[in-house]
Amino acid sequence: MSTGLPVAAIESIEARQPPLLPGVRATGLAGIVSAAIIAAATFAAIFGPLLAPYDPNLPNLSLAWVGPTGGHLLGFDVQGRDVLSRLLVGAQTSMLGPLVVVIVSMITGSLLAVVAAWRRGAADAAISSGLDILFAFPGILLAVLATAVFGAGLTAAAIALSIAYMPYVARVLRSAAFRERSQPYVAALEVQGASATSICFRHLIPNMTPLIVAQATILFGYAMVDLAAISFLGLGVQPPRADWGVMISENQTGIPQGYPLPALAAGVCIVAVVIAFNVLGERLFEQAQAART
Amino acid sequence: MLLASLLVASFVIFAATYLAPGNPIAALSGGRSLPPSSLRILEQRYHLNAPFFAQYWYWLSNALHGNLGISITLRENVSTLIASRIWTTAGLVLYASVLILVFGIGLGLAAGLRPGVLDTSTVVVTAISAAIPAFVAAIVLILLFAVRLGWFPAIGNGTGLVDNIRHLTLPALALAISSLAIVARITRASVREEGEREHVQTAASRGIPGRQLIRRHVLRNAAIPITTIAGITIASLIAVAAVVETAFGLNGLGAYLVQAAQSKDLAVVQGISLLLVAAFVIVNLLVDMLYAVLDPRVSLGSRAT
Repeated sequence: MSTGLPVAAIESIEARQPPLLPGVRATGLAGIVSAAIIAAATFAAIFGPLLAPYDPNLPNLSLAWVGPTGGHLLGFDVQGRDVLSRLLVGAQTSMLGPLVVVIVSMITGSLLAVVAAWRRGAADAAISSGLDILFAFPGILLAVLATAVFGAGLTAAAIALSIAYMPYVARVLRSAAFRERSQPYVAALEVQGASATSICFRHLIPNMTPLIVAQATILFGYAMVDLAAISFLGLGVQPPRADWGVMISENQTGIPQGYPLPALAAGVCIVAVVIAFNVLGERLFEQAQAART
Repeated sequence: MLLASLLVASFVIFAATYLAPGNPIAALSGGRSLPPSSLRILEQRYHLNAPFFAQYWYWLSNALHGNLGISITLRENVSTLIASRIWTTAGLVLYASVLILVFGIGLGLAAGLRPGVLDTSTVVVTAISAAIPAFVAAIVLILLFAVRLGWFPAIGNGTGLVDNIRHLTLPALALAISSLAIVARITRASVREEGEREHVQTAASRGIPGRQLIRRHVLRNAAIPITTIAGITIASLIAVAAVVETAFGLNGLGAYLVQAAQSKDLAVVQGISLLLVAAFVIVNLLVDMLYAVLDPRVSLGSRAT
């Protein structure tokens, strides 16, 4: 699920899928576990620096690759830094990056979708064809291009990804906005003399909220994978700053040497959070779909 | 539409690099100060004084003739540098696509047509593996198959065809894994959905044998969503290849693009970006054309959105 981001298509197809695991779904176990993982990651992202038992950036080469010991549950990394502390502190950039991407792409994408649905005609055609052209840029490629131009860093990568995700958001929400636009209550409000902005912001967008939230949730997983990939490539978050993607690339050398734990630990964090967001997002999608019919 | 996309994409790529901070003369001279006469020659040769659109035009028409400029770090033609790396990337993406089509669709069909243990385990395994990013898959595969078992080499390209394929196996798997899982899930879901349709039930009650029923009534209809998802995921491999190439130390276009981005070798960044965007757009076009073959209701140029 890394990449060029087939969100819209997957969502539209997967939304029709039978439940993931019938037994589990009934008890809600997968949902509870997912929510717990997301809560834990969010907690680490906010309080990570306070929770970290050691300085995440203090190297001690004599301890490089030393395995788990009493006070150091996950051992030491390539430079002899405490892995657990780096994971906790790294949660911050690893969660904040995708959050920014999701917020920016959701806001711009839904605004474009609503404008297209409200104005229809020429405005819709212009927006749709503009988005079609943006589809030509895979997210990672746009991010690499942005970092080449503006210098490596999380900001450039996050902005580029937001732009690359926008058309996927807009495409799904556009059809939802069109559906909403043709509802009788919209016409009724128009007859009553309500302004376009007030109808859109007070009624149209609130009615689309379940879908917007579901899409934002799924998008978060994609954004996390793509941003971690960019950091892994050395173009995102810059070392020595702790970040899950950076930790994998730093500790990659440990794998052929027989010290896979630091890189794997960061990988497990990413995969767990992404699965959690996928499970939750899929569920929200089903609910949004069920509420509509 | 294809041409318009490519034209705008090329414009975006050029404009972005044009706006990049930094003086092209300084980049060309390596930061040394040059006498005014050589400055003028450089300005003339690279059209640095020409207006923006003229510069874009020079760049684009040169690019269309296969001249993508000169790499400032390697002092070589970008086209030559690209040509020497393109086969690694093409081979990797092709290998991964075959894995996705064969195993993704195969697994999805098996799970979709035969409910039971295989089906349940496929659903669970694909839900997890769909969330594994290529670089995490890469380190796990290196750990298992290169370090622990020693079946495949961990890094490098290899020499000769057989050795090349051996070297590309783990990278192709890493690249394919999440897409493979997604394709398997969609295949399973659409086969299930088609199987429950009324026309299939009717055909079954008319006594049409199972094999023919599946081929003519289930697969024919399920082929459309399967093609959509396979096309989208395969097109996305073109960009993700950069991550896998870097993880496995492969000498491909994506890894080179990343190096060029780090060293701000803009001519290389422009050239490779343009090529990858073109490949991405062309794969998407091919998928659109495939629709028309699979589904007579779709006419080219009016793909339902």
